[in-house]
Amino acid sequence: MTVLDKPVSPRTSPGPAPARTRRTTAWLLTAGLVAGLLVLVPVAAGTGAYPVPVADVLGSLLHRAGLGGTELDRVAESVLWNVRFPRIVLALLVGASLGCAGALMQGVFGNPLAEPGVIGVSSGAAVGAVGAIAFGLNFLGNWTVSVFAFVSGLITVLVVYAMSRSGGRTEVVTLILTGIAVNAFAGALIGLFLFFADTAAVNQITFWQLGSLAQATWPKVLAVLPCAALGLGLAPLYARRLDLLALGERPARHLGVEVERLRIVLVLVIALLTAAAVSVAGVIGFVGLVVPHLLRMAAGPGHRFLIPGSALLGALVLLAADLAARTVAAPAELPLGVLTALLGSPFFFWLLRRTRRRQGGWA
Amino acid sequence: MRAVKSPNTRGLLRLVPSRPLPPPPAAPGDVLAEAEAVRVLLGGRPVLDGVDVRVRAGEVLALVGPNGAGKSTLLGALAADVPAAEGVVRVHGRPAGEWSAPELALRRAVLPQSASLSFPFPVAEVVRMGRAPWAGGEREAEDDAAVAEAMARTEVAGFAGRPFSALSGGERARVALARVLAQRAPLLLLDEPTAALDLRHQELVLRLCRERARAGDAVVVVLHDLALAAAYADRVAVLRAGRIAAEGAPAEVFDEDLLSEVYDQPVEVLPHPRTGALLVVPRREV
Repeated sequence: MTVLDKPVSPRTSPGPAPARTRRTTAWLLTAGLVAGLLVLVPVAAGTGAYPVPVADVLGSLLHRAGLGGTELDRVAESVLWNVRFPRIVLALLVGASLGCAGALMQGVFGNPLAEPGVIGVSSGAAVGAVGAIAFGLNFLGNWTVSVFAFVSGLITVLVVYAMSRSGGRTEVVTLILTGIAVNAFAGALIGLFLFFADTAAVNQITFWQLGSLAQATWPKVLAVLPCAALGLGLAPLYARRLDLLALGERPARHLGVEVERLRIVLVLVIALLTAAAVSVAGVIGFVGLVVPHLLRMAAGPGHRFLIPGSALLGALVLLAADLAARTVAAPAELPLGVLTALLGSPFFFWLLRRTRRRQGGWA
Repeated sequence: MRAVKSPNTRGLLRLVPSRPLPPPPAAPGDVLAEAEAVRVLLGGRPVLDGVDVRVRAGEVLALVGPNGAGKSTLLGALAADVPAAEGVVRVHGRPAGEWSAPELALRRAVLPQSASLSFPFPVAEVVRMGRAPWAGGEREAEDDAAVAEAMARTEVAGFAGRPFSALSGGERARVALARVLAQRAPLLLLDEPTAALDLRHQELVLRLCRERARAGDAVVVVLHDLALAAAYADRVAVLRAGRIAAEGAPAEVFDEDLLSEVYDQPVEVLPHPRTGALLVVPRREV
């Protein structure tokens, strides 16, 4: 009898091997990403219309931190600390928020095509931000635009979530079509606000809409810091539960996940992160789509690495993209959102085709 | 160990949930799940009506019946997935709705009818997901052993490193079962575990069910194959149109007239020529 012939040998199972390789990959990637950031930050700080040698950048950094180093001349100090560093910090925050929001959203929807830009959450957040700028609202000081972006972004995630789910699943077609509808509606609202806004506000909005970090200042950094920090801090706590959610809602509940609560918290976190990014930098698309995908291909779909990894890679990608945006066509500056869309949309095409092939047509 | 918190403090400290306590070991014959006069509505239509059933530690209960009779709904009700419109479902002696999800996860494991996964996790990680309810508790130490045992018993260890999405239907079903076994809950609710499996693995899965029952667990299994139910179940409940038409040991319940009527298909029940075990086959005029 074959049943008895086969020895049952849990010892020889090749199970742990790939898991271990993946864990090593995850550690290597994390180290690589951190190293990349450590290299790119001083390089980006030194590069531009007024070049500062990397050694001087490091010296100035050490000096400010009170760890020795030397103070530079007044112009260089001012360029570094009033222009470049706020911009770099903003790029890191926005990139990390977008990457992390993408990873979370894909996990919550159980769908690899979910991304704040694609499904319209970024535009939704933009509606609030544009409204606040157009009507000159500032009763919450610097935070006004962020708060408005958060509220309208939150409403949009909830609407998209409610509209694109049926029977506990989110089908690709429904999700993308919902995104089209939401984007159209948000576009109309933004147009309406532009119509009522005065010329100065229109200029401000138009520039902001292209997605740019050119207006970075420390107060702007402070304006997004609470949203971004809270979102980035909360997200990793839900990594294990997101893994379980990949099994489906009911099986996740069978394994002890309070699915409803998890979903509400994560939708809030996604809205926080998206609002942080959108309120300062406008709609920067595809970072949240491409970044988690690359990491998933390299280190597997486990969210314990994917969430912090996406934040790191998102920060790195956006910093590099911003560096390119301000140096490629110097002295002119490419809009950052245009650049990421230019690189990101072909990836989206490829992803669409691949998803379709896997499923053998749209469900 | 953290002290047990009253429901009120637990509500306040929801961000840091208190660790749910595992159930005490069950003695054979203990009722681990029961439905009492349960009526379940789906889309306003009664799918179960006045169903009474008890699931005891140490036995395999098979739910059989034609399509749409309410087998999966009854399983869902016992799993605390589907709320009862009338009547009461108790899991480990307490109404199903009063348990929190983490508490239930230590008490019952559920195998859904079809297994899907949104992201390509490797098989070993999928099985390990079954250990999630024990994370941080004392029995976390069992994790590796539970996963290895479940994978060996369901014969999925050979493709432990492959992504779940690259498996065949039958392989996926066994991986899903391995995950459920790794959970090591005292109440197992399996919805058609044999549907996608070949002959050998059907036998394997039901032998596993019987072993778990002998080891003191309660097993409920939805089956279509009446011969399998006859061979492996201690008790069988035959469902018809949302009600239990008969319940008891296979030898009592598998009656030609009853089955022919329930399935609207003439059925023969005969003893195996060699072993005398019950065989249930549709009557075919050749």
